[in-house]
Parts: sequence; structure tokens; C-alpha cells
Amino acid sequence: MNAKTAHLMRWWFIFIACLAPLPYIVYRLVVNNLGAEPAKALVEFLGETSLIVLFVTLAVTPLSKFKMLPSFVKYRRMLGLWVFFYASLHLLSYGMFLVDWRNFIEDLYQRPYVIVGALAFLILLVLAVTSPRAAIKKLGKKWKRLHRWVYLATFLVVVHVYWQLRADYFEALVYFTFFVALMSFRLDVLLAWKSKVINK
Amino acid sequence: MLIKIRSSLDIASSEITSESAYLNRRKFLSLSAAAGATSLLPSSSLFASADASAFQNLPSVNYAPGEKITPYETASTYNNFYEFGTGKSDPAKYAHEMTTKPWSVVVNGLTDKPGTYNLEDVLKGLELEERVYRFRCVEAWSMVIPWVGFSLSALLNKFQPSPSAKYVRFETLNRPEEMRGVRSFTSSIDWPYVEGLRMDEAMHPLTMMVVGMYGKELPNQNGAPLRLIVPWKYGFKSIKSIARISFSETRPRTSWEKAGPSEYGFYSNVNPNVDHPRWSQKTERRLPNSLFSPNRIDTLMFNGYEEQVASLYAGMDLKKNY
Ligand code: HEM
Repeated sequence: MNAKTAHLMRWWFIFIACLAPLPYIVYRLVVNNLGAEPAKALVEFLGETSLIVLFVTLAVTPLSKFKMLPSFVKYRRMLGLWVFFYASLHLLSYGMFLVDWRNFIEDLYQRPYVIVGALAFLILLVLAVTSPRAAIKKLGKKWKRLHRWVYLATFLVVVHVYWQLRADYFEALVYFTFFVALMSFRLDVLLAWKSKVINK
Repeated sequence: MLIKIRSSLDIASSEITSESAYLNRRKFLSLSAAAGATSLLPSSSLFASADASAFQNLPSVNYAPGEKITPYETASTYNNFYEFGTGKSDPAKYAHEMTTKPWSVVVNGLTDKPGTYNLEDVLKGLELEERVYRFRCVEAWSMVIPWVGFSLSALLNKFQPSPSAKYVRFETLNRPEEMRGVRSFTSSIDWPYVEGLRMDEAMHPLTMMVVGMYGKELPNQNGAPLRLIVPWKYGFKSIKSIARISFSETRPRTSWEKAGPSEYGFYSNVNPNVDHPRWSQKTERRLPNSLFSPNRIDTLMFNGYEEQVASLYAGMDLKKNY
């Protein structure tokens, strides 16, 4: 198998793996298999999918250090766009099916978790918009610094989940552990930030 | 006032229960008396010997007139019972792991009849009836459910609480080996689950002890074999699978008061004017809903039972006593 076929196969594998959650959840919606509050189940599923793909995306760089694995760095942008895709659907279905517009403003200040979610989404939006090759070229060195904001976005999403919990912290603990593990591979990012703060 | 509702809103239980097998109430009562007389037998005798239809064709009162009864499928598969996990479908998936037969209830504190009672002794002589109540969860969803049981007052009177008893405290069964939520090391609830009522709330005629729903025995996930229903309070006050009842002079500290004192108070009366710190309580989603119709309706003061229960709280600041 030559390099080009291998690349194509990997590309399609990732594409299909990332697309699969969508027909899956639509199917469950259509056959009415999402329980008593399908809208809530839908919003939760899309949010979780987005976060999981986000973790996979962040794992690409550390995994590329293991030389025996094929490098997935080439597919990082596609993965990032899938994160944005599911985050957009999460937000869209929240806006269409879940939010109580009558009490929206009150709910907003009573629900800081929605505000951190929105901040995370804004970051993801900026990253998606600046992901084409042309933007990378244009931004030059700044691009890399900009795209490190993905770590802040991830942290905000973990807080977004944590602030929703009522009595059991298992889910947040799992996500937080992933976050810390991934971050530990990117101490360089933390150090870069730290030195920037100190230099100021 | 209750009498008024009764006379105008009685509906036949056949309208709300789907199975139509007939067994008259007298037969059920004699069965339960027989079970009581032989209470040395395993506790399952009451429910095992009584035909399942013992919960049907009971006198029925509708306290949610004109409202659609939630399908059994929804009420039995979507609820909170954190002993079995925090997901809404976890109780239906895992509550079968709990053994409910035999079942005993410890009664202690300020009572003339402390002891450990078999369930059939607890139920002996109590006449079952069906009541349709609105059920409002603190998470802003609601259902309408036909419960089978009796007034809690009838049960408490059997235990002759002493006049100094000001509160009654309830505990859910605490059996980690059968309850995966209790085993969870990330849970912030201090098990066993504890709830409580002021004595006058407990003796109020709307407060109900429940053994069945929809004309059937309670499924485990809904709190078998014995649970409380206080229709004017948020759902978590209606403690499930009760294993202990205690009478006290001091106010018990409930599990949710301990887990989140700023979010859950002792009273937890349904009140659209007092929001939960993290969400509004003005409206609720009547379940089941669908993608395009969230079924959002206004939440009523005391869940619509204001006329019956407001006097219990006369002069109290309900914003402070949430
Ligand atoms: C404006 C942006 C956002 C809004 C308004 C929003 C809103 C919500 C809401 C309302 C829920 C709770 C659903 C429920 O009632 O159970 C939720 C849950 C969640 N959201 Fe978001 N969200 C936003 C952004 C994000 C982003 C960017 C991500 C991930 C990348 C995300 C991931 C999640 C996750 C993982 C959950 C938890 C699902 C669960 O309960 O397991 N959200 N979000």
C-alpha cells in the first residue's frame, strides 16, 4: 500500500468515525428511543460527542511523539472541525429545543455554566474560522499562539460540565483527569504562558 | 375543602388503569389480614399471595383534574433514585438489584411502639386507595401519577408518636451491595438518604404513603415497597424504599440539606416565586415531551395544592424557608 492510499484510508476512517454519532442519534430520535425528554438527551449527547472529539484532537500531538504510530497530525484540523461541528449542533439544539425563552435572561445569570459554555464555544468559533491554510499563512507565528487557546476552551467545557452536577462528580472527574493528562504533555504551553506573564 | 374535590372530581379507576381484571377490595383486605395473621412467614406473603389485581378497582380520587395521566412507561423509566445512579434511566436499569422481599421497617424515637416491623404488619388494617397527584421535580419537570396507598397519618397513628414528637424522619434502605449509586466513590451524598417532615405536614390528609402505582405494585425504581408522596413538595422530599421511621423533637437534617444547603431547604415546597440558585422554578416541563413541543407549563404555588396546604405555612417567610 503506497503512502497515498494509506493517507486516504486514514482520512476516510476518521471522517466516518466522526460522522457516525450523527446518524446514530438521529436514528434514536426518529424511533423515539431517547426517553421522556428527547431534547435534553439530544443536547447532552451532542455536547458529550463534541468534548470527546476534542480530547481525541488534543491527544494527537502527544501521540505523534510515539514514533511507532502513524502520525495523525495531518488530520488534526479535520478533527478540530468536527469538534466545532458538534459544538454548533449542541448550541443549535439547545437554542431550538431546550431553552425557555420566557425566562432566558434570568436563567442565564442563574446558570453560569451556560456562560462558560458560551465562552468555550466562542474560542472554538475563532479557531474554526482561522483553520484554513490561507489563515495559517496569513497569521504566521501568531497562529500557533492563537490555537493554544484550545486548552482554555477545554478547561471551560470541563467547568461547564462540573457546574451542572448535583450529587455525583464521576463524569467531571473523568473529564478533568483527561484534561490534566493531556495538559501534562503540553507543559511547554503552560511554560510559554507563564514566561509571557512574567515578562510583562 | 377536600370533600369538595372528592365529590366533584371522582373518576373511576378503570379510566386510568389499563388492566381490567377485577378483584373486590374486600377480598384484598381479607388477604392482607390473613397475611398479617401469619406474619412469621416470609414477608413476601402479602404481595405474593394477593393477586396483582389487588391494587386495582380501588376507590380513586383525582387531585389533578383535567390533566393527562403520564404513561406508565414514562413514570417507570425516567426518574431520580440516586442510590442507583444519577442518570434518569439508571433506576429503571439497576433498581432490580435491590431485594424488597422480605422488607422490614424500623420505627424508633419518640413513640410508644418502637420496634422492627415486617412490611405486612406495617400495612395491616390500612385500606388502600388510589390518588392521582401532580408530581413536580426540583429539576423543573413534572408528571401526573395515580398512586396506590393510604394517608401517612393512618400509618403514623398506629405507632402512637408521643406528644413531644415535632418531626418525623425517614430513611431509605442503605445496602451498598445492592445499590451501585451508594457504592460510588464520587457521590457527595451522605448515605443513607434521609428526609423529614414537620408533624403537621406528615399528618396532613394529602400526605400519602404509597405501595403501588397505576394499579400495580410499585416497581423498585419508583421506591418499592414503601414510599412517601408529598404532592405539594419537590419530588426529592418523597423518599423511596423506606426502611426507618423516627419521631423526634428536633428537626432532622435531610440529605439534600447536607449536600447543598443553599440549594435545597428542609421545606422545599413547590414555589414558582423562589428559584433554585441554578435555574428558574417558574415553569416546568410536563413529561413526556417531544423535540418540538417542550410541554412547558406554569408551575403552580404548592404544586396546585395551595388551597389545601397554605395554612400549614401561615406567617412563614417562604423565601427564607425554601
Ligand atoms: C453557547 C454555548 C453552549 C451552551 C448554551 C451549552 C448549553 C448546554 C446545556 C443547556 C447543557 C445541559 C443539557 C441538560 O439540560 O442536561 C449542556 C451540557 C453539556 N455541554 Fe454544553 N453548551 C455550550 C457549549 C458547549 C461546548 C462548546 C461543549 C463542548 C465542546 C459543550 C459540552 C457539553 C457537555 C459535555 C455537556 C454535558 C452533557 C451531560 O450532561 O453529560 N457545551 N450544555
